[in-house]
Amino acid sequence: MPPIIHVAGLSKTYSSGFSALKNIKLDIGQGEIFALLGPNGAGKTTLISILCGIVTKSSGTALVGGHDIEREFRATRRMIGLVPQELHLSIFEKVWDAVSFSRTLFGLPRNDGQIELILKELSLWDKRNDKIMALSGGMKRRVLIAKALAHEPKVLFLDEPTAGVDVELRKDMWNVVRGLRENGVTIILTTHYIEEAEEMADRVGVINKGELILVEDKKTLMEKLGQKRLSILLDQPLSTLPKKLQGHGLEIADGGKQLQYRYDGRHQKPDIAGLLRGLDAAKIGYHDVATTQSSLEEIFLGLVKQ
Amino acid sequence: MNWRGVSTIFVYEMKRFFRTLFQSLISPVISTTLYFVVFGSAIGGRITQIDGVSYGAFIVPGMIMLSLLTQSISNASFGIYFPRFSGTIYEYLSAPVSAMEMVMGFVGAAAAKSVLIGLVILATSTLFVSVSIMHPFWMMLFLVLTAVTFSLFGFIIGLWADGFEKLQIIPLLIVTPLTFLGGSFYSIRVLPPFWQQVSYFNPVVYLISGFRWAFYEVSDVSLYVSLGMTCVFMAVCLLAVGWIFRTGYRLKT
Repeated sequence: MPPIIHVAGLSKTYSSGFSALKNIKLDIGQGEIFALLGPNGAGKTTLISILCGIVTKSSGTALVGGHDIEREFRATRRMIGLVPQELHLSIFEKVWDAVSFSRTLFGLPRNDGQIELILKELSLWDKRNDKIMALSGGMKRRVLIAKALAHEPKVLFLDEPTAGVDVELRKDMWNVVRGLRENGVTIILTTHYIEEAEEMADRVGVINKGELILVEDKKTLMEKLGQKRLSILLDQPLSTLPKKLQGHGLEIADGGKQLQYRYDGRHQKPDIAGLLRGLDAAKIGYHDVATTQSSLEEIFLGLVKQ
Repeated sequence: MNWRGVSTIFVYEMKRFFRTLFQSLISPVISTTLYFVVFGSAIGGRITQIDGVSYGAFIVPGMIMLSLLTQSISNASFGIYFPRFSGTIYEYLSAPVSAMEMVMGFVGAAAAKSVLIGLVILATSTLFVSVSIMHPFWMMLFLVLTAVTFSLFGFIIGLWADGFEKLQIIPLLIVTPLTFLGGSFYSIRVLPPFWQQVSYFNPVVYLISGFRWAFYEVSDVSLYVSLGMTCVFMAVCLLAVGWIFRTGYRLKT
């Protein structure tokens, strides 16, 4: 199946001379959940804005569903729903009106049943006759999501969807996202909460200073870059490593209370048994052993620092 | 064509007008009454007739034009400025709505509102003077053309402005003086020859003259010159709007 989003050689230089995107190449398959990670100002929002038609690209190709985003903007924009980062809402409107507005603006016939379904799913049904200004921040975020879903998009962009959002809404939102994915909707999200990318995404793209540093299947990424760490919690603190244990690559940590051993979980077969025998031989007592896998966050920070 | 999109924008903008219907209509009605009191009674007491039309009736078309211009500009400039200011413009830009369709929705609604206000003022004036409309078709044509042209102009101002005060500058500094000097309350033929010549550079003269002709068959310039000039202003505004959307000026980066 051809990718639902195809981007090649995409660059954006703002009139100020700032180069926000440099030669981006990216394909996203239908039904994928793709997480775009990157620090502030990396170009995440610019990339989304170009695909949605809010920012004009400087060069390159961008296709959505095989259609050019500029020449065939009607076809591409009809497929796309956008939840912006900021709470851009017209506050004097009622929730119901705001959501049905989005549907007909996108050229679809009025469909009250569909709007009702969306409002219920996002726990907005009770608030449908409230003015938006009377809603809390989290509720406003829900209205934005409802507006983006009102025209039944095939591709949903969520720009920092969980910034300043409470736990309940996050749960609701991820349920909606899962439901959409089951219906074949492609979801592209940018986030700072790396646990979320880790939890939700199928693939992860890391963007920094306008360049897409890496695009990888989340699992592969974790395995490829995932360092494992074995921590041995000692009975007696150690100040120096006994001679017998040198050569195992151990480090003293936590003020001497721990010994740590780092290894590559995938490509290295660590000699843990040998290590533990070494500890016995050196008469070093320990009461616990733990291994931890480095999180996406650590991987990400490592990449961005390079 | 995304007609549904156009009508969604149009209806949304009109709803904003009807939500504040009282404020929207009360101010033109009050100002019309004031103009009648000040100009009609005070000056009308001294000038009884212009070109065979009683002074009170003579100023009706000018007064309607005055409101039509200011209302068109303020409605349209606010209509597009507000989404830019509040950020909700993102939705219009990301919708399958072309630039021209956006203009049709926003400008169409602004023009429709000011035509309604114009008609309300006309109705109000009949309470004070007897108004005859000899050419209703031409009257409506000038009303609509002027409303559309100045709504386009307002739309441009709303795109250009980067603050609320800038929305007011052009209407206050340029449009209001041009309207008052454009023969709203007098025939430019009463002016000394030099100022008559200067007046021909004022676009509003042509709008008011043609509009007044539709009422009383009296005019400062010929009907077709009026119509032609109105179309020229509209074309200029359309070209400007076209340029704005091609370059993305103030809308897209």
